[in-house]
Amino acid sequence: MKAEEQLAEVGANVHTNGASKNGYANGVMSVRPEREPLVLGNPTIHDVTEKIAGIAEGKLTPKFMAALLASALLAAAGVGALIYTFAVGIGVWGLNNTIGWGWDITNFVFWVGIGHAGTLISAVLFLFRQKWRTAINRSAEAMTIFAVINAAIFVLTHTGRPWYDYWLLPYPNQMHMWVNFRSPLEWDVFAVSTYFTVSLMFWYSGLVPDLATLRNRAKGKIAKAAYTIFSLGWTGSTRNWQHYEFAYMLLAGLSTPLVLSVHSIVSFDFAVSILPGWHTTIFPPYFVAGAIFSGFAMVLTLMLVAREILDLQDYITLKHIDNMNKIILATGMMVGYAYAMEMFIAWYSVNPYERFVFLNRATGDYAWSYWAMVTCNVISPQFFWSGKLRRNVLFTFILSIFVNIGMWFERFTIISTSLHHGYLPSSWHYYSPTWVEITIFLGTFGLFLVLFLLFCKYLPIIAISEIKGIMPGSQPSHHHHDDDDHHHEAVSAAGHH
Amino acid sequence: METVEKKVIAVLGDFKNADAITSAAKSIHESGYTKFDIYTPYPIHGLDKAMGIKKTILPRFSLAAGLTGLASAFALQYWTGAIEYKLNIGGKPLFAPQFGLPVFFELTVLFTAITTIFVMFGYLCKLPNWHSPYQHDDGFQAATDDNFCVVLEAEDPRFTVESAKGLLAKLGAANVRIVEEQD
Repeated sequence: MKAEEQLAEVGANVHTNGASKNGYANGVMSVRPEREPLVLGNPTIHDVTEKIAGIAEGKLTPKFMAALLASALLAAAGVGALIYTFAVGIGVWGLNNTIGWGWDITNFVFWVGIGHAGTLISAVLFLFRQKWRTAINRSAEAMTIFAVINAAIFVLTHTGRPWYDYWLLPYPNQMHMWVNFRSPLEWDVFAVSTYFTVSLMFWYSGLVPDLATLRNRAKGKIAKAAYTIFSLGWTGSTRNWQHYEFAYMLLAGLSTPLVLSVHSIVSFDFAVSILPGWHTTIFPPYFVAGAIFSGFAMVLTLMLVAREILDLQDYITLKHIDNMNKIILATGMMVGYAYAMEMFIAWYSVNPYERFVFLNRATGDYAWSYWAMVTCNVISPQFFWSGKLRRNVLFTFILSIFVNIGMWFERFTIISTSLHHGYLPSSWHYYSPTWVEITIFLGTFGLFLVLFLLFCKYLPIIAISEIKGIMPGSQPSHHHHDDDDHHHEAVSAAGHH
Repeated sequence: METVEKKVIAVLGDFKNADAITSAAKSIHESGYTKFDIYTPYPIHGLDKAMGIKKTILPRFSLAAGLTGLASAFALQYWTGAIEYKLNIGGKPLFAPQFGLPVFFELTVLFTAITTIFVMFGYLCKLPNWHSPYQHDDGFQAATDDNFCVVLEAEDPRFTVESAKGLLAKLGAANVRIVEEQD
């Protein structure tokens, strides 16, 4: 972790016997020992390198290859369905005149939302000095990037003629036409592409020091060359760290409003229209809360599996899981509040169309979808009031999948229930997807898993340099700003070696 | 050392303790050295200050880029909408800051982020640079693992091999050694 003043927590974790193995912080006494350590097992700085770099250096196991193959096959099926869509047209989807957005936009919003937890963990928690984020930020950011790639697949194919997608960009052309900046769909083009670019740069710059660690350890020729190129020749120079830390902080500061803006703008796609069910001012905060909610669930789903398989229990501890579950509980109640408030405002507005849409949402053709959403998103997180369940790995895993499902249904409910009953009963219709849409959606899961597996295998899955910086005794003891009696002793004891 | 024919380019020494390296950095700075660096596996807080490194000038570039991004977003939306391609869409104004806001924001962020990263790596850190004169030194390489490696460069006007070695030894560095020019 790169924050200026992060010693409060480190200090809390230092025990007299603690880190003396490698000579760190001899003589520093513990204050506030009740804080739970962020890394268990008291590893040395070198142990951290060995553990995390060791994962990337390990041999390819049959288990890994099997998982990769299965994911790749799933992705290939999705690619096949996409090619079929391109060849024949989006008429092969289940859309009709009344319902012009179906699984395509549902899945777009679903994947973009999942990405948001990565940015939240890497940027927002960084600014709030939440040191526990260091164990999960790298993989959460990777997840962000892969999720946004999937989101892009949907939003770029739903245009119908994806080979003309460059028309979305403002560029001088022979038609003398320009894009329409009055449309939220154009804002989305800017928001999602900026989000992807900034997330990718943030992730990559975080990786550079760790890639240098892998470079200096790499044995194989190809691995050495690849890590050498991508680590840019990073040496760990303090003169470089100084610029680097500032850039990292600035990117965190930029990403924080960016992540809020992206899902707000996604919600504008709906809210700026005048369709009952979409045209509500609560959408931006409601969408952002939902995005964080679903994203944390997906981080948990992935990390709990990775934690078991890669044996990372000392790094992704029960404290991390507990913290993430608390965020799930909080954001789950925020979306629950939004559901209730939508209903209330529909009634309070005395607008017959609004009233109808929301009543129809809960009792009409898609009631099954609405109640699936409420069950998964509002009711199921309530279990996390219990501290025991928040620290139960299996329970958390199951519940995280419930939340993933619930958040998918939320987007589906918003889109299909608002569209399927127009103002005139003659345009009332029902929508269900065809095998093509279902296959594309499953295919994006395949792609997501392929990318995530490759990431786990070849890149440091935990931010090595950041976790080293928050370990007990890794920072000079005179940086304790909260002075206590041990303070000066610690400096004089440790300062002269 | 006089018997060595190759030119000595630096004297290196290792530390393992964050407090020791910080006080060593301070002493080296106070003794007047300017051409020296400390290589560490993670950023150590206050080490740049102890070494006497000035604050980074990166924010100036970031600010300039952010303002450029904002101006570009304004120019793009105003020129295309209100000058070059006046299209009446639902009677909405051809340009208004209200609908321009999302793109103002996004391009400001985009320009700032790209510039910050490229200036930081490319200009301030002088990367990519796939060659370091010390790259064959084990202690230097271990600086991406768990070593704090001090490098006193021969380019410094105060540098002599003996005084540099003496200084590092006095500060408690382990494994004080010289690095020679590579052929």
